[in-house]
Amino acid sequence: MSYWRGVMAMVAKDVLAELRSKEALSAMLLFALMVAVTFNLALELRVDNVLQIAPGLMWVAFAFAGVLGLNRSFAAEQECACIEGLMLTPVDRSAVYVAKCISNTLFMLAAEALFLPVFSALFRVPVWNPALWFIVLLGTVGFASAGTLFAAVAMNSRAREILLPLLLLPIVVPVLTAATRSTAQILDGQSLAQYAPWLRLLLAFDIISVVIAVLSFEYVIEE
Amino acid sequence: MTNPRLLQKGDSWAIETQGLGKSFGHLNALQDITLQVRYGALVTVLDPNAAGKTTLLRVLATLTRPSKGRARVGGLDVQGQDPAIRALIGWVGEHTLLYGQLSPRENLRFYGRMYGVRDLERRIDDLTERLGFGDRQEDAVHKLSRGMQQRVSIARAILHQPLILLLDEPYSGLDRRGATVLDNLLSGLRDGGHTILMTTHDLHRTVELGAEVHILLNGRIVHHMGPQTTPEQLRSTYDRCMGSQQ
Repeated sequence: MSYWRGVMAMVAKDVLAELRSKEALSAMLLFALMVAVTFNLALELRVDNVLQIAPGLMWVAFAFAGVLGLNRSFAAEQECACIEGLMLTPVDRSAVYVAKCISNTLFMLAAEALFLPVFSALFRVPVWNPALWFIVLLGTVGFASAGTLFAAVAMNSRAREILLPLLLLPIVVPVLTAATRSTAQILDGQSLAQYAPWLRLLLAFDIISVVIAVLSFEYVIEE
Repeated sequence: MTNPRLLQKGDSWAIETQGLGKSFGHLNALQDITLQVRYGALVTVLDPNAAGKTTLLRVLATLTRPSKGRARVGGLDVQGQDPAIRALIGWVGEHTLLYGQLSPRENLRFYGRMYGVRDLERRIDDLTERLGFGDRQEDAVHKLSRGMQQRVSIARAILHQPLILLLDEPYSGLDRRGATVLDNLLSGLRDGGHTILMTTHDLHRTVELGAEVHILLNGRIVHHMGPQTTPEQLRSTYDRCMGSQQ
């Protein structure tokens, strides 16, 4: 059984299951929208200060909505003990991580793609910028790659809804910082050279996070 | 699926354990298990106090690492966690391992892809017919009865034609028709050269299937009986084991 054929079969299964239930996507989107609407009503933002606050708000919404989605990803496997079904298949167990990471990234990106136009309308920030979407992609990959590993760690805990954010959020501080700062600079019209250090940090985090997770996942999901 | 490479290595045993032990903290679930199952055998493990048999199957299926000793399945050491071992194994356990949102056919299609089953749709057609859930194959699994889900789970376990079947209480939740279907299926698989290691508490069925019997007590194998055992012999030995632990 080829590694990548197994990964793609698992991703296709996750997408099909999510299209049926819409549990993760709807939870993430609704939560992110609630954050945006609440802050929009709570803060009196003027044109001159909206650009200072909007990037932080955007990534706070992404992060907390992402935690909801990540919690669902392994909870669904755990409910039917299907994680054992995956562990019994003749693919390397790191393939389960890679597939879950891809699925979680896709679901987060889908929720973010639906959220950003609403966010743009509420805060009057221009989000139709390829550089911004690239930052969103890198930040989401970093968040989902670390989050998928910690979701697997929290999977067997009764308090997984609490445990996951406690474990994950301190680890993804570099991602959130780099993503927020670079988003602010892009919205401010600065050049690539100015936000390149943050971009490099995001890329480095993504690579290191994926490599560590792939190497350690087998031990994480074993009893 | 049968792996000719493994069968040609000259391994005498489909499953072989030596001094196998598994502890969870201070609890010894398995102690010094030495077991040999030849290719094509049907072996049941009876466990009067239901402590250890599932752990034994989980170790053999590479779901749990042993604490002591060694175990080989299809000639491969389970410690190595080689995916090739898992290609040889079909598993039915307490849980169906089916996704409730998906239909039986979608579940089988997914697992078939994971195992690289060739001519998958035809194989699924064959199994849905043999296990009698063809008319429910497009319904979501969570809408099916427990018995029907167990049939789909059995189809999942044999989808890739595994050389070795590890069945943990496979009759659990099956209605009478489902149990008959499983009886016929197991007989057919054994006749086809598949090795079956099954846990059960059903002595009558164990004798009917003509299985070798191992009795596990407090994590140790305390009795081994051949396939010619009569119901009376098995009952009396089983009762003696039950009595000895009280």
